[in-house]
Amino acid sequence: MTIALTLDDACAALAADPTATVLAGGTDLMVQVNRGDHSIGNVVAIDRVPELRGWTREGDVLRIGAGMTYADMADPGFGALAPALGQAARTVGSPQIRATGTIGGNLATASPAGDMLPVLVALDAVVELRSSDGERHLPLDEFVVGVKANALSAGELIVAVRVPVLHGPQEFMKVGPRNAMVISVASLALVVDPFGRTVRVGLGSVAPVPLRATEAEVMIGGRIDWEGGRPPTAGDVDRFGQLVADAARPIDDHRGTAAYRRHVVGVMARRALVRAFGMVGEEAA
Amino acid sequence: MRTDPYRLTVNGRPVEVIDGHAGESLLFVLRERLGLPGSKNACEEGECGSCSVLLDGDLVCSCLVLAAAAADRDVATVEGLSDAGGEVGPLAYVQRAFVEAGAVQCGFCTPGLLMAVDALLCEEPDPDDLTVREAISGNLCRCTGYGRILEAVDRAAAMRREACS
Ligand SMILES: Cc1cc2nc3c(=O)[nH]c(=O)nc-3n(C[C@H](O)[C@H](O)[C@H](O)COP(=O)(O)OP(=O)(O)OC[C@H]3O[C@@H](n4cnc5c(N)ncnc54)[C@H](O)[C@@H]3O)c2cc1C
Ligand code: FES
Ligand code: FES
Repeated sequence: MTIALTLDDACAALAADPTATVLAGGTDLMVQVNRGDHSIGNVVAIDRVPELRGWTREGDVLRIGAGMTYADMADPGFGALAPALGQAARTVGSPQIRATGTIGGNLATASPAGDMLPVLVALDAVVELRSSDGERHLPLDEFVVGVKANALSAGELIVAVRVPVLHGPQEFMKVGPRNAMVISVASLALVVDPFGRTVRVGLGSVAPVPLRATEAEVMIGGRIDWEGGRPPTAGDVDRFGQLVADAARPIDDHRGTAAYRRHVVGVMARRALVRAFGMVGEEAA
Repeated sequence: MRTDPYRLTVNGRPVEVIDGHAGESLLFVLRERLGLPGSKNACEEGECGSCSVLLDGDLVCSCLVLAAAAADRDVATVEGLSDAGGEVGPLAYVQRAFVEAGAVQCGFCTPGLLMAVDALLCEEPDPDDLTVREAISGNLCRCTGYGRILEAVDRAAAMRREACS
């Protein structure tokens, strides 16, 4: 058991034993350990490494430490810079889970239902990795490579994740059987970049990996009057919902059917778009 | 695999765990090694909250804390709520509120709820209904239907405010 107190400690312990288990909040790992699905050998606990906690802003880039907990993300200062991440963090588990669960653990677990992932994919996040061999940066879609599969090499640590500070509205929505303590049946993040003139949509729980709804993004980006600030029309909103639903690649499982998931992402897409723009615009004559 | 001995502070008292196993949770260590069975074991997957304790002041599920990774930390359990330290004696205000409101049926969820409510009221002495519901959303009760529990929280808040004023 290594309780790392610095990032160098953690990297050194992983260099000494690249097969050691990294432990952050334990909210995914300990469930497996308690079930007997994961036997614990050497452990490197990273929850006391100050370099992994907190966030910094450099220009319009927000660098989020891998050890940032969901409770940390409730900080209004953080929510102002990455609203959809703040909203998504509020929906995770319960106060007990939010007190310890981390964004780095969510990334490493790479569950299709991980609530950070649709937001991070919509934001074109970049994951910072470090090992004793050095550092590398991977875009999110190269980091999450399949159902619970990531691009981490043995002995490598997620150090941080970088997202842009956009200056437009953001929405996160998820659907599950009840309000609290819910694993997503489907989730959606919508972010607006008014300077880049794009609307970006990330989908969770509707494919092995988080998806972008590219066609829907291109369509709506072209329909919004960015100069005049006219919001999308009712027809645009419907078309957008349809294209987002078409982008999903859902399956039937114990949490929901593929048909329901496809339907519900369309509904969430329409709602998120209307919320983001505050209203529905007049149909052009 | 055995762990090296490590220390914890439990309810203000330093203890040493000398015979730990590598994968065991803080909940297991509290109950089986330290003789503190107040925290309950129901799901061992973070869903029910009956194992809730404070770790360095944060409400956590002790079933999801790897015990050896909590070395040198402060743990507060339900046994430490009252001054009686787990012996039969005067109850803490939250405990009295739960008894008086009839918020305990089988009692399995009670220790975790007491910790959650105490943590809430220390942070927010006069919480509104939504805040209370949010604060106990990680604690499941299959008996009471929560009505009496919400009543107990109101009562506890009033008792606490009175004691502090
Ligand atoms: C009751 C309950 C409710 C939940 N609800 C939700 C929910 O609503 N939404 C949701 O998305 N998730 C939920 N989860 C899942 C879990 O809480 C999250 O995935 C959480 O972000 C995991 O983070 P952690 O720090 O606890 O990870 P840990 O359990 O410590 O680690 C998980 C995995 O990631 C690896 N790892 C962790 N950090 C790093 C790092 N920095 N570098 C490399 N590898 C690392 C570990 O080795 C391990 O394999 C829930 C879990 C429980 C038990
Ligand atoms: S036993 Fe820990 S949450 Fe259920
Ligand atoms: S009183 Fe029985 S579970 Fe709450």
